[in-house]
This record gives sequence, structure tokens and C-alpha cells, in this order.
Amino acid sequence: MSNNIPENLKYTKTHEWARVESDGTVTLGITEHAQESLGDMVFVELPEVGKVIVAGKECGVVESVKSASDMYAPISGEVIAANEKVTATPALLNSDPQGEGWLVKVRPSNKSELDALMNAKTYGEFLASCEH
Amino acid sequence: MSFKTPLNNKHIEAGAKLVDFAGWEMPLYYGSQIEEHKVVREDAGMFDVSHMNVVDVKGKEAREFMRYLFANDVDKLKTVGAALYSCMLNETGGVVDDLIVYRSSLQDFRVVVNAATHDKDMLWINEQAKKFNVKVIERTDLAMIAVQGPKAREKTANAFTKEQNAATANLKTFHGVAVGDWWIGRTGYTGEDGYEIMLPAFEAPLLWQQLLDAGVTPCGLVARDSLRLEAGLSLYGSEMDENVSPLEANLTWTVALEPQDRDFMGRKALEELKQKGLQKNIFGLVLEDKGMLRSHQKVIVPNCGEGETTSGGYSPVLGCAVALARLPLASKVGDSCFVVIRDKQLKARIIKPPFVKNGKKNNY
Repeated sequence: MSNNIPENLKYTKTHEWARVESDGTVTLGITEHAQESLGDMVFVELPEVGKVIVAGKECGVVESVKSASDMYAPISGEVIAANEKVTATPALLNSDPQGEGWLVKVRPSNKSELDALMNAKTYGEFLASCEH
Repeated sequence: MSFKTPLNNKHIEAGAKLVDFAGWEMPLYYGSQIEEHKVVREDAGMFDVSHMNVVDVKGKEAREFMRYLFANDVDKLKTVGAALYSCMLNETGGVVDDLIVYRSSLQDFRVVVNAATHDKDMLWINEQAKKFNVKVIERTDLAMIAVQGPKAREKTANAFTKEQNAATANLKTFHGVAVGDWWIGRTGYTGEDGYEIMLPAFEAPLLWQQLLDAGVTPCGLVARDSLRLEAGLSLYGSEMDENVSPLEANLTWTVALEPQDRDFMGRKALEELKQKGLQKNIFGLVLEDKGMLRSHQKVIVPNCGEGETTSGGYSPVLGCAVALARLPLASKVGDSCFVVIRDKQLKARIIKPPFVKNGKKNNY
């Protein structure tokens, strides 16, 4: 079980994270737990810049050696950047999913959606309850 | 209900991610699946394959039984120890299982069949054996460890006894040798050199530890699948099953129709299929667009028709996705085709497997 659950991120039940930047944009990615479960990453498909993503809906695909996994948008907004470093080197998603391995940056359309996300403590408790 | 192999504790010690596979608790991986794959291509890796089924066939009519049961001909095994890869067919020419059969003595044979097909294999084999003066013995007392890679034999020599080393020093590929209660085959499912070692279950943990000490890396099921895929080796249940004949699974080379007077189970059906004309075969695909290939993806072959991937995955040696696919027979090696993945059609090149040979990209 991963202990790497930074305080400055917000989390979804489907193991994505969101980070509010100083300029009001929000960076999104998948968590340490997600990359551990999926295994070695081999392909990442991200939404194009300009695309509007919707909270709770699929917004990308992450493929590991053993499975394909949909990424669900933690919040809604317009994609302003997609991380080309990750599409070029999917292994970055394994080594630093919560830092260099961020996936997209969005201009949020509804800031209140962030309140519905879990904080680090709640996500940690959620993970503990998932363990069997 | 999950069976555990004699090496279960070793896997737990090594931090393996354990999963159910065919009713057995098996290591999916111990760490990075790609690193495990690479260590087999470049060095030496080992697999716990104790879940597989070892069946000894003994008796006066063992040879006759084997020649009836298998699509390949055990008469090709001229010396004790020689081995053969074959399919075992049903009456309609479909594949019940694929296997390796060794000539274990002048009269007897040892067959290694898949774990996932254990129950139906034993029902089938025992049913067919009724017609012959033979004894079929399931060797549930044996464990099996596969050591694979360019350094596999060299490193295993450090774990072997003097006697085992003497017996295997000049062992030819696709041959096995008995040393006491052990059977050591120079065979594998990775496309690399190495051994598949069958030994009494209680001795397996010690051998595993000695191999670890000799610098062999434990590898799990994910690596096992990506290795065999790169090597172009079929997986029962994917490339072939009871509804697919070896002739449409790129396994025609494993069917011995000569001598013509050898009647074997499924022969008539195969001959009828050939008469009717075969429609499909298994080809290799190398993905040229960015993406990933999996099984059961639709393939569009321009001017030829459609097919479906049977296995797909990532090739660490090629650095891209590869697949085996059942395509129309007229599909041309070298041509492009399109794999339908989600809402896109990704371009792939049709090739003749294997993808990788001698640890490097094959000249396909």
C-alpha cells in the first residue's frame, strides 16, 4: 500500500488527483496507488488541447503491460495542456505519477467540483478500506 | 479453491503479486514486468511452472497410443530424451491442448500439458487410453522450474550437482535427460535457451534458492506471456482452441500427415478441412501507429477482408505493441492492415512471426 499521498492534492475514488495552481488552473493525474496497481505503463492517450472534459466522465486512457484503464476527470474544464513527456515516455507515469507524470492541465469550469473531492487524509482512509 | 505450488513461500518472500491462474496461486510479477522480460532476453530468469501437468505414459502400447493421440508423430523421436511439440486434437480436428512429449525411455513417454486444461485433458487422455495397453500416470509429485535466457544454462550449472552437470553438458535442444528423480529438458516457452526442470516437489524450494544465489531472477506470468508473444509462440485458448484446427493456427508444421497409414485422432477432419480449402491463418502484427494491442481486436486487411487479434501486448525488444491475429489466408506479409481500437483505426504491418529471435528483433 502506498504511503505517498501528498497533502496538496485532492483525490477521486477512481484514483485520480487534482492540484490547484496559483494561476487558477488545475493539474490532473493518476495516483501512486493507480500506477502501482496497473504495473509498467506502455501507452497513454490524453485529450487534445481545447477539448472540454466532464467530471466523472472518461477523459483519457492509460495502458500498462497487463491492462487498459480509463482515466476519469476529477473536475470539468477545458484542456489547456497535455503532458507530452508522458506520452513520449509512459514509464514516467510509474516513476513520478504525482509530479513529472502529471497528465493534463485544465481551466476549471466549476470550482465547486473540487470540494467534492477527497483530501489526503480521506483518500488514505479510503485506500486502507480497499486493501484486502 | 486455490492450489499452491511448492514454491509459494518463495514467491511471498520475494514480494510477488500473487493471483489466481487456472486454480493455482501464481506470481504475476515480482517488480517491473518489463525488467523481468528483459532479464530473460539478456541474462537469466526463472519461472515457477509447477502448475503445469506432467503425465507419464507407460506400457506395451505406449508408442501406439501416442501415435494415435497426437497430431505430430512420436516416431520422430529416434533417441531416448528427444522431444516433440504437438497438438492433441478432437474428432473435428480442433485442438484439445498443445503440449511437449518426451521419449522418456525406450518404451515410455512423458507429456507436459497446460494447467488451465487439466481436467478436460485428463478426462480425454484417460478415455482414449482405454483402447490401448498403457498406464497413464499423473505426476502430481513433481514441481517444475523453467530457467531461461542466454546465461540460463551457465548459471544453472552453479546450482546443479556434478551428476546433473555431466548429464546436461551436451544436452541438445529439444531433448531431455533423467538424473535420478529429476527430468531436465532443454526446452522453454520464451524463445531463449535454457531448461525446464521437473523435480520432486520437496526439492523445489532448495533449487529455487540455489538458482537465486547463482544470480537468476524470478519472473512472473506477465513476463512469461510477453516473452512467448515476442517469440511468436501460441497460447492455448488464444491462438487455438477446440474450435480451431492447427492448420488455421500457423501450426501446420506440427501436424505429421506422413506416413499416410498413421491414423490419429482428428486426422480425417484435417484432411476434409484441407479438401474444403483453408480460409484463415495466424499472422503477426507490428503496430506502427502509437497505441497498444490486445486480444479480440478487429483487424481490417485492405482488399482481403477482416480478422481478429488472438493475443496482443507490448514488445520490450521492439519498443512497440505486437499481436498475433487470425486473418484471411490471402493476407500478405509486408502489407499494412488496420486494427480497430476504441474509436480509431491504427495502422499495423503484417509479418511472419517470430518478432524476436536470439534476443533481438527478427528480420521479418
